[in-house]
Amino acid sequence: MTRFTVNGHELSVDALPMTRLIDVLREQLRLTGTKEGCGEGECGACTVLIDGTPVNSCLIPVVQVSGRDIITVEGIAADSRLDPIQQAFIEEGAAQCGICTPGFIVTARALLNTNPNPSRREIREALAGNLCRCTGYQKIIDAVVAALEVD
Amino acid sequence: MRGDALYVDDIRPSDCLYGATVRSPIAHGKLLGISLDPDFDWTDIHIVTAKDIPAQNVVYLMTEDQPALADGQIMHVEEPVALIAAPSRDRALEAVRHITVNTEASESLLDPLASEGHAIKIFGDDNVFKRITIDKGGQAADGIVVEGTYTVGHQEQLYIEPQGMIAVPREDGGLTIIGSMQCPFYIIKALTPMLGHDRMNVVQAATGGGFGGKEEYPSMLAAHASLLAIKTGQPVKMIYRRDEDLRATTKRHPTVVRIRSVVDASGALQQWDADIVMDGGAYNTLTPVVLSRAILHVCGPYRCPNQHLKGVAVATHTPPNGAFRGFGAPQAMFAVERHMDRIARTIGMDPIEFRRLNLIRDGDTTPTGQALVDTGAEIVLNDAMDAAKAPFKAPPIHPGGGQGRYAQGRGVTLVFHGCGFTGNGEARIKGKVAMELDGHCVKILSASTDIGQGVDTTFPQIAAGELNIDTDRVSNTPHDTAMVPDSGPTVASRTCMVVGGVVKKAAKMLREALQAETGLTSNDFDELIAARLHTVPLRVQAEYVDDGSMDWDDATYTGDAYPCYGWSCSVVDLDVDLDTGEVLYRRFVGSTDVGKAINPVIVAGQLEGGAIQALGYATCEEVVLDEHGRMRNDRLTNYIIPTSLDAPEMITRIVEIPFAGGPFGAKGIGEIPMDGPAPAVAQAIEQATGIVLDILPMTPERIIAALENQP
Repeated sequence: MTRFTVNGHELSVDALPMTRLIDVLREQLRLTGTKEGCGEGECGACTVLIDGTPVNSCLIPVVQVSGRDIITVEGIAADSRLDPIQQAFIEEGAAQCGICTPGFIVTARALLNTNPNPSRREIREALAGNLCRCTGYQKIIDAVVAALEVD
Repeated sequence: MRGDALYVDDIRPSDCLYGATVRSPIAHGKLLGISLDPDFDWTDIHIVTAKDIPAQNVVYLMTEDQPALADGQIMHVEEPVALIAAPSRDRALEAVRHITVNTEASESLLDPLASEGHAIKIFGDDNVFKRITIDKGGQAADGIVVEGTYTVGHQEQLYIEPQGMIAVPREDGGLTIIGSMQCPFYIIKALTPMLGHDRMNVVQAATGGGFGGKEEYPSMLAAHASLLAIKTGQPVKMIYRRDEDLRATTKRHPTVVRIRSVVDASGALQQWDADIVMDGGAYNTLTPVVLSRAILHVCGPYRCPNQHLKGVAVATHTPPNGAFRGFGAPQAMFAVERHMDRIARTIGMDPIEFRRLNLIRDGDTTPTGQALVDTGAEIVLNDAMDAAKAPFKAPPIHPGGGQGRYAQGRGVTLVFHGCGFTGNGEARIKGKVAMELDGHCVKILSASTDIGQGVDTTFPQIAAGELNIDTDRVSNTPHDTAMVPDSGPTVASRTCMVVGGVVKKAAKMLREALQAETGLTSNDFDELIAARLHTVPLRVQAEYVDDGSMDWDDATYTGDAYPCYGWSCSVVDLDVDLDTGEVLYRRFVGSTDVGKAINPVIVAGQLEGGAIQALGYATCEEVVLDEHGRMRNDRLTNYIIPTSLDAPEMITRIVEIPFAGGPFGAKGIGEIPMDGPAPAVAQAIEQATGIVLDILPMTPERIIAALENQP
């Protein structure tokens, strides 16, 4: 059994130690907001926060998160209220097909938690591990900038 | 936004098995059969081969040449040979590794330039999928002759969600098919001959990008999931891994274009002859239509009295190529715009002024004889050049921009794009949309899928605009073929412009039905609803009606090729790193005529997303094939698409030249942003360094080689 916290809930999971964290989240815990785009840490669609740091959950064996605190996209909004980043993504048109959106929101949240006033350049750098094929990134950067003003 | 949208891999029917595909290791030869590893435990594994197919072994599209599973012969590497179902994904993949495909390899034909009439036969008598010729005028009098050859490679759509499909057996012996797709009704047409019946309904799950890659390929996956579901009697889910998706699914067609042109002493084009060879891969798929669009765009938005365009799409023993945003036009426009640069260089004229001198104007005719009105070539050119005068917003993202190891350049290109289907396509399809009044709310029932381009927002806006009610009272229902009429496929930049027009018409019919029911003449929707004596849902269905304004002859390729054209000018500013050959994008200005922007945020998103996909096509997206025609760089680590750091600052200008046939004047805009950026990058590299590249992609390796060969 591996014990850890997901979105504020303490739980224990029965999985082989080398099971990928993404599979535990999606298949066992049914937290399907975390997406798999490549399975090799290139696209960032599976990004989750481990103790506040964004990581690709397709590269993390579940044994490695024992005792740690995980936030997935399902844990970003505070109950019924969307996070300012989520709100800004809607208003700025930063989500098109939506498959990369959870990863971007989780990564952007981590950025704003550690750097409350990033420049556009810093935003681009922070999001460079997340691939989007629909938007051209412009509206995603705009959304993070807009969220800054609310945050 | 909260992660609650259900994509196909998020859906898990009870008792669901997982499917996987056994594929050919060779490009061409005999399929002798498969062998199972006797040491592997096969007790929970189900296997399907061609002999399990209930009726015809075909995934029907335009022709019946492509089998669902290879039987006897192999036509391309990675061709599906057998299917596996297992209780878990890992078990299914493990089983695939314990199967050997037994083949007898024959000589394969991988070079499209050698294919036509080759002794090795792949398709028909001469390996030609389609041949098209268009002639306007005759031969120009003497002038300056310029000739060039332009070559573009494959491009992968790279939707971030890989292909996926679930087939669920129904109690009536039919199937429910759920998956990631653009065109639900294609799947019914594709699978009916294979199953021997059409007892199926197809449901689109939330779809993580398509770009054409989920136009026709999902039919293959649906066929496979269905065969496994029939064999096992259980739901079967098939999700491709990224590497499999890259190796096995369709790509943009590699193309070679030769152009010979004649200009007079003033620089005016007098003759334009273009010759296209397009590589279709091993099966026909949609290749003839892709060639058609390439030929219809290989004249560019330029006036010229004598135009002779021809092309051929040929077969090779490579995985079939298929639909991808732009659909033949990006290949053609790269050649056209590079050739315009070549002429300007030859006659010593500024490339922008040379374009301005020759651009098409009202009253000019296209090669098919279509007389154009409301042309926008000059408008977008002026608009983009004005916008590009703005100072850069941010400092350069790399040190010493334009100095030392960095050479700065700007490229400007002009393109047009025919909106919607070619010729009489819409009149043949007759796209349908139903609309239902349910209480105070309106439901739109259409087969036009939202693949990220915003149909689920735009359609309600169109209906609400017609009915003069709040948009949040109108919703798009799920796209299930059991519930919605066939609106035609979600392709060709036709959805908003054509099906959106049918949505508007359905809304008008709904109001008229309410007026008839209540006996009122009011146009006030709420007044009409209030006057109803009951609350029984009211349903209407509208259909596209050909208004007779299009005059097109498919046999001679003459007349009105498209209902209207969009126009776009790209201005790209970049630096070339002279040490590494890398291209660093600084700013992209795009000015595009969209007819009418029904939702400006969505329109800008399409234009920006298309532009970055085209910048990837220009410099970093390369498909490398091995000696079997198999994609070697089948990972996101080595098939490189642009990231947020590669993407430039963008200035997106929306120009509105209304099209009377579109809802509120809207034109199709999904594909045009793919056309102009790549040749603009080539021109900018030329301006920065003097090197002339007539090939895509312009990778660092090619740039370095060209720099080293510079005199």
